[in-house]
Amino acid sequence: MSIGHTLLGLLEAGPRHGYDLKRAFDERFGQDRPLHYGQVYSTMSRLLKNGLVEVEGIEQGGGPDRKRYAITDAGVTDVERWLAQPEKPEPYLQSTLYTKVVLALLTGRDAARLLDGQRAAHLRLMRGLTERKRGGDLADQLICDHALFHLEADLRWLELAAARLGQLAKSVGS
Amino acid sequence: MTPAGSLLAGTGLRKAYGPTTALDGAEFSVHPGEVVALMGPSGSGKSTLLHCLAGIVRPDAGFVGYDGQDLTGMSDAERSALRRTDFGFVFQFGRLVPELTCLENVALPLRLSGVRRRAAEARALEWLERLKVEDVRTRRPGELSGGQQQRVAVARALVTNPRVIFADEPTGALDSLNGELVMDLLSDAARKAHAAVVLVTHDVRVAAYSDREVVMRDGRANDMAGAI
Repeated sequence: MSIGHTLLGLLEAGPRHGYDLKRAFDERFGQDRPLHYGQVYSTMSRLLKNGLVEVEGIEQGGGPDRKRYAITDAGVTDVERWLAQPEKPEPYLQSTLYTKVVLALLTGRDAARLLDGQRAAHLRLMRGLTERKRGGDLADQLICDHALFHLEADLRWLELAAARLGQLAKSVGS
Repeated sequence: MTPAGSLLAGTGLRKAYGPTTALDGAEFSVHPGEVVALMGPSGSGKSTLLHCLAGIVRPDAGFVGYDGQDLTGMSDAERSALRRTDFGFVFQFGRLVPELTCLENVALPLRLSGVRRRAAEARALEWLERLKVEDVRTRRPGELSGGQQQRVAVARALVTNPRVIFADEPTGALDSLNGELVMDLLSDAARKAHAAVVLVTHDVRVAAYSDREVVMRDGRANDMAGAI
């Protein structure tokens, strides 16, 4: 995720202090990975240098940085461009799991057991996400759903790989 | 013998249909209040295992224990009676009686057990409310969406306060949102009632509502509780 663009987007609603930006970011997007203050201030410095934000005012006293940032027209255009740009789909062609399965077969280890263990680990994570989703608001549900669909895709691959282990063993051995 | 604390357990279950082996020494157990997902590829024996555990099919060999009783040693009539009083069933397609209203459908298992109409329908209405489909009580199944039908079917499965619920692909005919709603309500209601759930599914998102999964392969059940 581009933290710079996300902070810029949050500024579109109105000027904010750095600590206020961090709080808004963590609340909406930082469930598992809250921002460090240092990240916020280094990002804001960069945005300031590039003319995407400006300092609207500085409060006296208080914390280390009491600057109030506002987004510039160039910043709005930058957010606009970022939102319109599709994310690059990642096909995971260099899958660690695939490598592990092939290596297990090459070395005469139990590849089916490896796949079973992986399935159990994936399902454990899916259970946690499902539980969190059940107790969460709509934003939580959408975040968890995104992760759940990705894990589901992995699991479908695991099932397919398990069903084709015999074939794969022959092709790896040949 | 059944594992300690389990409510329902199958050990060494074998079943063949002609030359085809459906179960080849399957082991399974479920505790009260526990939701166990039974997973595996098509033809791996999931449904046969569920039918054996529910006393619908008699295994060729092995033992099914339920609450200290030997299910495999019971007569057909005894097993039928047990299914009516202690077990609840949810299938992929609701299998509701098309001629009855939803309220009558949910009250049906109670009526078959001799509960008077007024009392049966009062309890049925409570369950329709819990499953958030009380507004369809006077309608017939054919007038309902798939999701509504399935929630009525879950209400019918739970109305007798069963100690074990057997759910065979309960969301198989539903879209994601309705499937999740059904699973949410089913697992929640079962846990609150301290009922055990045997959940056959090929859908991992549905399996994520379980406490534990058991994977079937070639007629054998592999309990993944200890998998790394």
